Amino acid sequence: MPETIAFYVFSAIAIGASALVIGQRNPMHSVLLLIASFGALAGLYIQLDAPFVAVAQIIIYAGAIMVLFLFVVMLLNAPQEDAAEWDRTHPLRQGVLARFGSLLALLLVVELVWALLGTSDVDRPVGEQAGAAGSVRALGKVLFTEYVFPFEATSVLILVAMVGAVVLARRESDES
Amino acid sequence: MEWLTPLVAPFIVLNAIIGIVTYVTLLERKFAARMQSRVGPYRVGPHGLLQPIADAIKLMMKEDVVPTAVDRPVYNLAPIVFLVPCMLIFATIPFAPGLGVADLNIGILFFLAVSAMEIVGLFMAGWGSNNKYALLSAMRAVNQVISYDLPFIFSALVPVLLAGSLRLSDIAAAQAGLWFVFYPVVGQLAFIAFIVSTVAAENRAPFDILEAESELVAGFRVEYSGMKFAIIQLAEYAHVVGASFLGALLFLGAWAGPGPEWLGPGWFLLKAMFVFLLVTWVRWSFVRIRVDQILALSWKVLLPATLVLLIAAAIVVVWRGTPGV
Repeated sequence: MPETIAFYVFSAIAIGASALVIGQRNPMHSVLLLIASFGALAGLYIQLDAPFVAVAQIIIYAGAIMVLFLFVVMLLNAPQEDAAEWDRTHPLRQGVLARFGSLLALLLVVELVWALLGTSDVDRPVGEQAGAAGSVRALGKVLFTEYVFPFEATSVLILVAMVGAVVLARRESDES
Repeated sequence: MEWLTPLVAPFIVLNAIIGIVTYVTLLERKFAARMQSRVGPYRVGPHGLLQPIADAIKLMMKEDVVPTAVDRPVYNLAPIVFLVPCMLIFATIPFAPGLGVADLNIGILFFLAVSAMEIVGLFMAGWGSNNKYALLSAMRAVNQVISYDLPFIFSALVPVLLAGSLRLSDIAAAQAGLWFVFYPVVGQLAFIAFIVSTVAAENRAPFDILEAESELVAGFRVEYSGMKFAIIQLAEYAHVVGASFLGALLFLGAWAGPGPEWLGPGWFLLKAMFVFLLVTWVRWSFVRIRVDQILALSWKVLLPATLVLLIAAAIVVVWRGTPGV
């Protein structure tokens, strides 16, 4: 029973916070709500018997990435424009774009429903499915043997992005 | 009554932690006074022993001033968001074999993840205050925390490698024969790196640029008063105490010590206080260093050094065949 209550609380926070993220005028509030949403997701991962994924979620998303988001938003000096002005000039206010956007959103909902209807093992207990994700040892083994190529390829990709960022930042400072 | 059990342990630990944290402030003030040839708090109770209680009562009685220009929801939530991770880190710490709230199999990762979350509360306080000093302080804090989280995590992972487990009680048990701080070369260097990055991660002098009194008044908490100020202060000290417990557990053998087994928690507390005093000692011994020096120390010295240490520890473990001492 406590598990069920916790599940509904975490889900409500995750969904509610995510919905609120879109509705904020202040980008700083959006980022903070997104952190709350990620935290609730971590709680759901723990309920799925995947504590390692939950902790990784907190370290990587809620911790590192969102703090960088906050930093960027703050350094760009959070645009807090006049609400009416914002509404008039916002690109999403234009009819064509708005209609295209709602079409995409509808498509996403349809896809989600279709995917959920297609899965057959939703009602199976999580324990047997999670397996590898539950223990760090098993996860590490799978990652470094079976999936070693995708793993290394991803790290090279991230390295390339990092080098690119450094090069871009340096060029800018040279000009000024 | 069955469902009550998971509530009792956190209740006890939480209250014990608040008690310890309250008295740790007195310990630090007495220690600092000693270093500066002063007496320190002496008036309230014998040798000033009731001073923390008097402080707490004073803070509770104070008026709660909220400046008009603050971002209200963020400003009001910040102390709580700051306090929660600082208290949660105690959840995985085993105070004796089998005596703790939750002995997770990824205990140390939980500790590191949750302890890094304090930056969100700190940031909310700095930004929500709508004050230029607080904002500058929050920016410096983010800078510093991002830089020092990595050496902190890497130095904490060295004992994990040596013990071969992420569970905190396993790491403590692996040191029954030899504390990791005495492990040849790797142990000592990792301990030094851990202490330095703890001092930096706790934003204490010589790394206290985010509350540098002479330039930023009180940094991110400059607009806070009364109970909210008390909560921020409590959270900060709780985080330092939590890091001290982690240091004592990772390097100083946790509850290992002479005497009967029930003395274990006492030894653990004593060792944690030793680590706390080390951090305090550093705080009151050095002058504040500049931002660029702080960042250079982290990225150019500590980070490569701890990475090399981690690889060295891995080589030692592979060479010896099995993890453990």
